[in-house]
Amino acid sequence: MTETLLETAGLCRAFGPLKAVDDVSIAVKAGTITGLIGPNGAGKSTLFNLLTGVLAPDAGKIRLKGEDVTGLPPDALFTRGLGRTFQIPRPFARMSVLENVMMAPVGQTGERVWGPFVGAGRVRAEEARIRARALEVLDFVTLAPLADHPAGKISGGQRKLLELARVLMGDPEVILLDEPAAGVNPSLTATLIEKIEALNRQGKTFVIIEHDMDFIMRHCDPVIAMAEGRLVFEGSAAEAQANPVLLEAYLGTMVHG
Amino acid sequence: MIGLLSYLVFFATVATILAIAVLGLNLQWGNTGLFNGGVAAFFGAGAYGTLILGGTPQAGHLGGFAMPYPLALLGGMAVAAALAWGVGRLTLKLRHDYLAIATFGVAVAFENVMRNAEWLSGGAKGLRGFERPLQEGIGSGLAYNALYLAFVASLLLLTYLFLERLVSSPFGRLLRAIREDEEAARSLGKNPAKVRLTAFVTGSVIMGMAGGLYATFYAFVSPQDVLPILTFQIWAMLIVGGAGNNRGAILGAFLMWGAWTASGWALSRHAPVEAQIYAGSIQYVLIGSVIVGMLLWRPQGLFPERLVVSQSGGATRPAPAK
Repeated sequence: MTETLLETAGLCRAFGPLKAVDDVSIAVKAGTITGLIGPNGAGKSTLFNLLTGVLAPDAGKIRLKGEDVTGLPPDALFTRGLGRTFQIPRPFARMSVLENVMMAPVGQTGERVWGPFVGAGRVRAEEARIRARALEVLDFVTLAPLADHPAGKISGGQRKLLELARVLMGDPEVILLDEPAAGVNPSLTATLIEKIEALNRQGKTFVIIEHDMDFIMRHCDPVIAMAEGRLVFEGSAAEAQANPVLLEAYLGTMVHG
Repeated sequence: MIGLLSYLVFFATVATILAIAVLGLNLQWGNTGLFNGGVAAFFGAGAYGTLILGGTPQAGHLGGFAMPYPLALLGGMAVAAALAWGVGRLTLKLRHDYLAIATFGVAVAFENVMRNAEWLSGGAKGLRGFERPLQEGIGSGLAYNALYLAFVASLLLLTYLFLERLVSSPFGRLLRAIREDEEAARSLGKNPAKVRLTAFVTGSVIMGMAGGLYATFYAFVSPQDVLPILTFQIWAMLIVGGAGNNRGAILGAFLMWGAWTASGWALSRHAPVEAQIYAGSIQYVLIGSVIVGMLLWRPQGLFPERLVVSQSGGATRPAPAK
């Protein structure tokens, strides 16, 4: 599997004088778990926001499955097979965990205002199907026992699992995870990694921003590194560990804070 | 006895009509998180629209289309829809307090246009020349009012059933998700702008219907009926009853309308003469105090929103694997 699923060419985005993302070209191959690393302020989150359509690039192109998707909004990208989770999880707090997940499938008949009146039977059938699938996905991410709990009252780690579950309802081909392990207790991190690897074996492609180098080195391949808005490294995890530029970029920030 | 009964029918009719408006606001605020500070404008659009379309020809202002009553009422709702669509297209990009300020401004502008555009609305004198439907046959006594109460009560029930079904559908789920976190909803393939506009227009149409029924009941509407205090009253009803809960919205309407009329009565009867001229202002203070008090001590209202609305995990949850 060497097909390129998601790629950028010469992507740029500045905030005033700061070039947050500066001429970045990456190619994410189908079936990989690509790790994106770099010190704070390297431009990783901006790159994520460009890839997910939250921000529009100043220059450059983004292609998803060969199709130019530059400038498309997040909702259009999700329907085209690109899902994402947030660095700080964004559950629909005053809704149940199950309804958080059931909300996600795209193009539900009952989402139209007249849906529940004109096509009631069809909506009922769809709801039964979506509910069954949602319970399946919740079971997969180990949240099934919390189905009727308020999403705002579950732990930080469970929220990350919930976001993953929501994204999975859309059956995307690429999933972008923004610091999935940050602030999550180790046992839930283990669960999350196990789920990511299981999904990867089923063919899902991941791009993961993570600060935990141990996480990156053990689970991601290839690894992409950014510093000061530019791409500074692209290669295997083993190569990353032996790369002097990368070590400097990382150790450099560690020293300077 | 007949006097008391007449009064109860009168009270219940107004409370029922206001409850319909509160349900409309609940769809916007309770379910979708749209801070509509201009309820009076959409209520007024329905009121003026209904009377202009259904009234008899009058010199001095627009109207006299003498349409059959159901068409006039639907027309009033359509006027409210058109206003909401236009206002929504312009203002729904705004969030929270900014949206509230913009819509409040719309309502103030609406009242001033109605007060000054005599050719359209009859100006400060109000809009006359409307005959209540079926009044010729039934007369204007208690029988008519009781029948009219039954009519508005059945419309309240229909609105309630419509909204309960809507809110427990995937559309309602989507509304709540957008209320909770628009960006997250967007990342899951939804188009919040479109959905917010749909909810705003639908809620405003319901307010417009309430306005049409209110104007029908009095066979009259004037700028005094669309003052900002109406918006605050409707909001107080929703906050007391419980935003996000349709039953709470109805209960809140009856409770607050009861408190409003009772306080007016008590003030006129027991307040010292010097205070009488301030009775209206004292009532305003009471409404404000109730809103503040509820927000401080019971922000979820008397009937809080339910957590599980569309589908529950329930008993058929699959047994945990492994």
